Amino acid sequence: MTDTAQTPEQDERVKEISSFRKALIRPELGGICGTVLVFLFFAIFAGNSGMFNSQGVLNWSTVSAQFMIIAVGACLLMIAGEFDLSVGSMIGFAGMMIAIFSVSLGWPVWIAIILAFLICMSIGALNGYIVIKTGLPSFIVTLAFLFILRGFTIFIPQQLENRTIIGGISDAAEGDWLAPLFGGQVGGWFFEFLGERGLIEVFERGTRAGEPVVDGIPMLIVWALVLVAFGHFLLTRTQFGNWIFAAGGDAEAARNSGVPVNAVKIKMFIMTAFCATVFATCQVMEFGSAAADRGILKEFEAIIAVVIGGALLTGGYGSVIGAALGALIFGVVQQGLFFTGVESSLFRVFLGVILLLAVILNTYIRRLITGER
Amino acid sequence: MTSEHAPIIEMRNIEKHFGSVIALAGVSVDVFPGECHCLLGDNGAGKSTFIKTMSGVHKPTAGEIMFEGKPMHFADPRDAISAGIATVHQHLAMIPLMSVSRNFFMGNEPVKKVGPLKLFDHDYANNVTMEEMRKMGINLRGPDQAVGTLSGGERQTVAIARAVHFGAKVLILDEPTSALGVRQTANVLATIDKVRKQGIAVVFITHNVRHALAVGDRFTVLNRGKTLGTAQRGQITPEELQDMMAGGQEMVALEGSLGGTV
Repeated sequence: MTDTAQTPEQDERVKEISSFRKALIRPELGGICGTVLVFLFFAIFAGNSGMFNSQGVLNWSTVSAQFMIIAVGACLLMIAGEFDLSVGSMIGFAGMMIAIFSVSLGWPVWIAIILAFLICMSIGALNGYIVIKTGLPSFIVTLAFLFILRGFTIFIPQQLENRTIIGGISDAAEGDWLAPLFGGQVGGWFFEFLGERGLIEVFERGTRAGEPVVDGIPMLIVWALVLVAFGHFLLTRTQFGNWIFAAGGDAEAARNSGVPVNAVKIKMFIMTAFCATVFATCQVMEFGSAAADRGILKEFEAIIAVVIGGALLTGGYGSVIGAALGALIFGVVQQGLFFTGVESSLFRVFLGVILLLAVILNTYIRRLITGER
Repeated sequence: MTSEHAPIIEMRNIEKHFGSVIALAGVSVDVFPGECHCLLGDNGAGKSTFIKTMSGVHKPTAGEIMFEGKPMHFADPRDAISAGIATVHQHLAMIPLMSVSRNFFMGNEPVKKVGPLKLFDHDYANNVTMEEMRKMGINLRGPDQAVGTLSGGERQTVAIARAVHFGAKVLILDEPTSALGVRQTANVLATIDKVRKQGIAVVFITHNVRHALAVGDRFTVLNRGKTLGTAQRGQITPEELQDMMAGGQEMVALEGSLGGTV
């Protein structure tokens, strides 16, 4: 809020709202509280398990960054009033495309990556186009693509290679100019510096003795931070951001006011596909292989992160920062349970419970904002 | 009234047929700048079709529209809007979850350039919104207050203020008071009065005679797709208006049995 020069006289009909309530109607609130609680919890129960040394931090940061990348796309799309359930299948499909182009067909990796982006973003646009043209719920349309894409992800490598896992991408990516943008690391000098000063652990012996255990920040994390910053900026600071809110808040009202609702929604489907492909490319470059079962259930994990971040399932309200915090909670808990030695299946129980709590909180916040009773 | 000026919009013998249904069978209305012209009529009289023709949603089957003295052919509502004809609909173009200032500038966001980037100029949007709302007599808690927290009358006022800010010369209000309480109705009527005094032509559609008489300069009654006549303020009584709207006979009988309370 900006201070206007003149203070308007108070209207006795407008009740002063406490700063607490004002803070409560920020979409990020749930995410902030959740993050603090989760870190407190694991600081107490996993403080000396290695979760908070350099390797541990890198571990849960990487997992959180994975969630963040797809949560940014899902968040913007959900605020624009639509869902994309095909994200998980798109991740598998994009990875498989890269493997087939670069390994099976022997094309340069950079061409494979660019083609995968083009194909997947076109499929995203197609998703959006079908939703707009038919007026069907995006839930159903993208559910169809969940199966269609997964089917092709299994079918194509079986036809070409007689297997569903294609390896050898690391060799193919050797010396490629585009691949390090997804599979590389940055800031190695910084970690060396920290290692020399004894601020982080270094290898005690072996061929790498003296080198820091963590030798750089994976590009995956860089992508996550860049996408979050971009999404937040787009949503809150640009004209297009206002159109995203408007398209999801009430498409008809937005159209009456001259907002190009259809174009906004289709662009957000493309954005979601872009995020899924970034995820897939990073994963393929890290593992050096593509497998037909990659990305299963990722669409729901993205949606859960977004909802924990305070976005409304009905659209028109939410925050990219919130979604990023939701993804962070997700990653920290998933890896934290591993560090504390808790049975990992309990992670799913935690997910279900926190999803339910987040939705209830969001519904309450929605009432506060709109004054509904 | 400013009858010495030329009318800003003049609709002559407008006819509109939908297939075999004749919705408008020759309606003529003219509106002057700074005047509030009330369009009355019962349900099905053709009010909505008529204003949709005026705002470019429908093309008339016959008849002509003169805007600022020249014949006008609107291809779509955007044409009409850019010419300066704004419509505030019964179902508002407002999004409850968004702030007043985001709603105010929806579709017309102010942009400031920072290098190659075009940013939403929040400072400008917030200041203008607060200023325009203050002019209309509404004190917002802040420009970031959600529209959902405003009353129905306040939302109408935001919609009207928005249309005026974006240069409306003719403001068409489609039953703005139909769903409002007494107090809120009074606020909206006061807003209409303020807008009229700025020299904007207001077309106020209603089926409530008392609301019309409170702010109207002239009154045109539609019935079964035809103009029953236009009356100046002071030349017509509420009873006469009511009778014209209802088509006379039955209403008189009904009013008698209800003791004149309608």
